[in-house]
Amino acid sequence: MSTHLLLDVTDVSKCFGGVQALDAVGLQVPQGSIVGLIGPNGAGKTTFFNVITGLYPADSGIFLFDSHAYFPESVSEVTKSGLARTFQNIRLFGEMSVVENVMVGCHCRSNAGLLGAIFRFPSTKREEKSIREKSHALLAYVGLSDYAEMQARNLSYGHQRRLEIARALATEPKLLALDEPAAGMNATEKLELRELLLRIRADGKTILLIEHDVSLVMGICDSLTVLDYGKVIAAGKPADVRIHPEVIRAYLGQGAV
Amino acid sequence: MLKKLAANRLSRTTYFCLGALALVLLPWIVGTSGGNYWVRVLDFALLYIVLALGLNVVVGFAGLLDLGYIAFYALGAYSYALLASPHLPQHFETIAAAFPQGIHFSPWMVAVFAIILAALFGIILGLPTLQLRGDYLAIVTLGFGEIIRIFMNNLDRPFNLTNGPKGITAIDPIQMFGFSFTKPLDLGFTQIPGLYLVFYLFLGLAIAVTIVCLHLQNSRIGRAWVAIREDEIAAKAMGINTRNMKLLAFAIGASFAGVAGVLFSAFQGFVSPESFTLWESIVVLAMVVLGGIGHIPGVILGAIVLAVFPEILRGVAEPVQKVLFGHVIVDVEVIRQLIYGLALILIMLYRPGGIWQKGEGR
Repeated sequence: MSTHLLLDVTDVSKCFGGVQALDAVGLQVPQGSIVGLIGPNGAGKTTFFNVITGLYPADSGIFLFDSHAYFPESVSEVTKSGLARTFQNIRLFGEMSVVENVMVGCHCRSNAGLLGAIFRFPSTKREEKSIREKSHALLAYVGLSDYAEMQARNLSYGHQRRLEIARALATEPKLLALDEPAAGMNATEKLELRELLLRIRADGKTILLIEHDVSLVMGICDSLTVLDYGKVIAAGKPADVRIHPEVIRAYLGQGAV
Repeated sequence: MLKKLAANRLSRTTYFCLGALALVLLPWIVGTSGGNYWVRVLDFALLYIVLALGLNVVVGFAGLLDLGYIAFYALGAYSYALLASPHLPQHFETIAAAFPQGIHFSPWMVAVFAIILAALFGIILGLPTLQLRGDYLAIVTLGFGEIIRIFMNNLDRPFNLTNGPKGITAIDPIQMFGFSFTKPLDLGFTQIPGLYLVFYLFLGLAIAVTIVCLHLQNSRIGRAWVAIREDEIAAKAMGINTRNMKLLAFAIGASFAGVAGVLFSAFQGFVSPESFTLWESIVVLAMVVLGGIGHIPGVILGAIVLAVFPEILRGVAEPVQKVLFGHVIVDVEVIRQLIYGLALILIMLYRPGGIWQKGEGR
């Protein structure tokens, strides 16, 4: 079965001074799947995310998104092309209300300019209305409707993570890249998150996931890529990766094999 | 329920009418009870509202600390001073030959020019500082403000463009439909003094700027600014072109100051570099911070308080000292600066969001 590859990157390298953070890393994300990127702490997972989304410039690499070659240089351009992300250390707009956070996410899919903002043309008003409706719908989608007018910084930790996902969805991404969305969540919240991720996939989005929580990753990912010291040490179905000797060695140490 | 709603709306309209009436009557009340001096104070307070609202776009919305803001005010003021005074024809023969009647551009035309000029300089200041934040940005903008002032102070040589520290005099007063604001307007049954007319004009400008600010705040652009202030990387990840949005904030803030500058020089009839010192930038910033950074009603309140308060102090401090001690012990200017500093420290300690901050009795 040949599936369309939404994201196809190969040979991505990135150095920080003398440290080879990424060494010829490749990753393929088929359309409509959930792909997990795992690895011990410091393996280079977040660096890889930052590189493919344009936050850090890559030293080298071939990047294909939705069959188009792109070179990630500007974060905002990457987002516009349909690759949205969340952050490991939550980065919400704390002073804004929950719904406003999502409305900011609609920025790149709307186009009211300066004159529209000042004079409030009918078209601008219509756009504002649709942005607001869309944002409320997304909040309902992730289950945050009750908190719409609350200041984002006052949300609980689990809710903040959900809000980040809603905000990223507002940019209408083809690929949603989540950096440790379950970090710091309790068991119930993790279960809800799992449900949410499956729902997002069922609605036609593709997900790339960095995660530490093994049960979550094994449960929902269609395929896994394992990074260690900036290199891909294994890739494939979760069940195969789980018993891969390199993976066991990376996680448990030399003697465990 | 519906009845209550209707009653609410009615009372809002009533409040609005009462407020409007109070504003219309304000110069008359102040003028008859305190004299023209206090009407002038009100006129300047309105200009400061425009300035503070403009700076609030840069500092409050987009979170870019700007300590050279007064430079844009200076650009507006000098634009009008040069385009509506005998200065240029006096010092440049070619200009005198080109304009045998003297240069007398209307303030409205110059205002449009000043908006464009100030916005352009806003972008010129913004471009090299895109990567800077906080303290570093403050230092660069401070330098920019000083550069503009020093230029105005020294451009009397080799050719006399700004007349240096002596400033430019005999600037045309504000005119509208061929009617000068220096003379009272005769309505037949009563006369409106020129100072009152200036009040109404500046009030109109302040209201227009307030509406523009409110509209900007609740727009796609306003949200993008706040997002940049809150977290620039996350803002980029939302597809916001942070470079363009920051430049836009600089340009909009600067253009407000440009217009205010034109009206300032037309109202004052005289400009000199002394009006555009670092201290002035700090005063405007203090208005924004003290009132409620990022919160439009708070900023307006801050501007009024800090524009009117020193004048009240001037009127009170000297007589009180004379009564108490027989002579003036501490200069009023010193007391003013003391209280300024103290007020800012207290606000920062106890109400870091400003006197009237967001989410309180909007």
